[in-house]
Amino acid sequence: MKSKIISRVFVLGDNVDTDQIIPAEYLVYSLTKPDEAKLYGKYALSGVPFNESGLPNGNIKFIEENKFVSLHDIIIAGKNFGCGSSREHAPFALKMAGVQAIVAESFARIFYRNAVDGGFLIPIESKFKIKDKIDTGNLIEINLVSMRIDNICKSTSFELKDLGVVKPIIEAGGIFNYAKINKMI
Amino acid sequence: MGRTITEKIMAKSAGLAKINPGENIWLNVDILMTHDVCGPPTFEIWEKEFGDSAKIWDENKLVVIPDHYIFTKNTQANRNLELLKNFAEKYNLPNFYPPFTEKYKGVCHIALAEEGYTIPGTVLFGTDSHTCTSGAFGLFSTGVGNTDAAFILGTGKIWERVPESIQFIFENKLPEYLTAKDLILQILSDITTDGATYQAMEFSGETISKMNMDERMTLTNMAIEAGAINGIIQADDVTLNYLSGKTCKEFEIFTSDTNAKYKKVKIYDVYSIDPRVAKPHSPDNGELARNLKNVKITKCYIGSCTGGKVTDFVNAAKILKDKKVKVNTFIIPATKRVEESLIAEKIDDKSLKQIFIESGCILVSPSCGACLGGTEDTIGRSVDNDIVISTTNRNFPGRMGSKEAEIYLASPLTVAASAITGKITDPRDYL
Repeated sequence: MKSKIISRVFVLGDNVDTDQIIPAEYLVYSLTKPDEAKLYGKYALSGVPFNESGLPNGNIKFIEENKFVSLHDIIIAGKNFGCGSSREHAPFALKMAGVQAIVAESFARIFYRNAVDGGFLIPIESKFKIKDKIDTGNLIEINLVSMRIDNICKSTSFELKDLGVVKPIIEAGGIFNYAKINKMI
Repeated sequence: MGRTITEKIMAKSAGLAKINPGENIWLNVDILMTHDVCGPPTFEIWEKEFGDSAKIWDENKLVVIPDHYIFTKNTQANRNLELLKNFAEKYNLPNFYPPFTEKYKGVCHIALAEEGYTIPGTVLFGTDSHTCTSGAFGLFSTGVGNTDAAFILGTGKIWERVPESIQFIFENKLPEYLTAKDLILQILSDITTDGATYQAMEFSGETISKMNMDERMTLTNMAIEAGAINGIIQADDVTLNYLSGKTCKEFEIFTSDTNAKYKKVKIYDVYSIDPRVAKPHSPDNGELARNLKNVKITKCYIGSCTGGKVTDFVNAAKILKDKKVKVNTFIIPATKRVEESLIAEKIDDKSLKQIFIESGCILVSPSCGACLGGTEDTIGRSVDNDIVISTTNRNFPGRMGSKEAEIYLASPLTVAASAITGKITDPRDYL
């Protein structure tokens, strides 16, 4: 696991559900065939209502026209990120779009598990409501050792919650690596 | 301190004498269920991670029920069905229910119950968030993603956090204008879509004791809509009667201790609840049906794991009998067995099917259908600025197809009454 992630940030609201992260019509594509898998990046967050896409102003495309990868490697969101279906295609789509970490006030259980056990990206809970204090496009540094998030644009800094009991799985890069390291399989 | 039913089942599955909420434990899984959307990627991950030594931990415990994208010309969707078929043949899977054969069932959560896989006291995981439905049978059931499912497929084990429980007690017998859907929509309005995140929702009380399994499954199905890890109802005679003849397995019935510790206990008198609707775009955006009587609708949808069971159609038919629908109204039985019941079940000598046809409804073959939008050629899928009232479980933006559409969730009674008037309608106007 990296100790730091630095990137432009994309800010979303509360209750971003899995239908917004990757609409169901795209779930037919293969997750392993490279020419189809990259479509998950293209359609990541395509179900988010446009006025809520890239807060505070909204109306910002997460993926630009004809692109498959986002300019934003970090997502900041409100509460209950990833609620809804069990589709692992959701964290996979965000990973394909280049997302490395999501900082949210809280996560829905299955999305959280999928992100961790699939080793797709790092879900981090913030200690406070920070989505209103950071704007889409701000340059952000997440320090995974001190568990802090710095807004380089605004010179502000916020505490993050510890990764908790799933930290060893995140560090291993997913449940299979974790189980192999611990000689479980 | 006593223990809840969820804690007891998890402790037994983990082989631990004592477990505490908040702990991560490793469970031994009794049933793993998957379908056409998540089955193929699950099998790919399993083959990749376990390599040449890949072995299914127990073929008899794997249940594969395609149901999401069945009646479509979409090439990739059909490829998924083909991948499942090939996998089932390669590994000689005993519990595979392929479409376009005698074995086809329909929506997985209801088929699991019909086929007797929902055994009280056991642990059931599935690659679908509504796997919590099976908890209606007094078992621990929950949804996971493909990677977790692949891990279970190879090991029979998975980690899980022991949840705290919230108890919902419903008092008095359900009046004829209410259904289980109204109760769960009431709960969602009260606790919101993250009100039970990582917690167990336990339903009990006189109302629940008198409910049939169809209605109980409506409650547990939507536990995920509050973020819950699982929904659960203690098994009783109603459960045993339903399972009679469906399974020959021996099982243990667990009950919560009277001094069990709950995070919260919420008590409802059902007489204080009125028919409810969840407005766009969230299941917790609740309102009374009668307060929305000026909302014109363009489509009605009665179907899915939560709203396409026999009892749901009996309720809808009660209202639609000898009436005409004003807007396109889709009837999508969850399973083949439910579809057959539409002919067998009668109200005053008319079959449900006859009632629906005479009222002008559109009957569709069993599958998940347009509940989750589906492929572009899915019957009943919302288009443009459709305003839909539906018995399904989610009304997120774009959920049933069009991002511009508005979805209202309600009971089969309320949806049927609304179909007659073309506006959202309290079912008491027709009872």
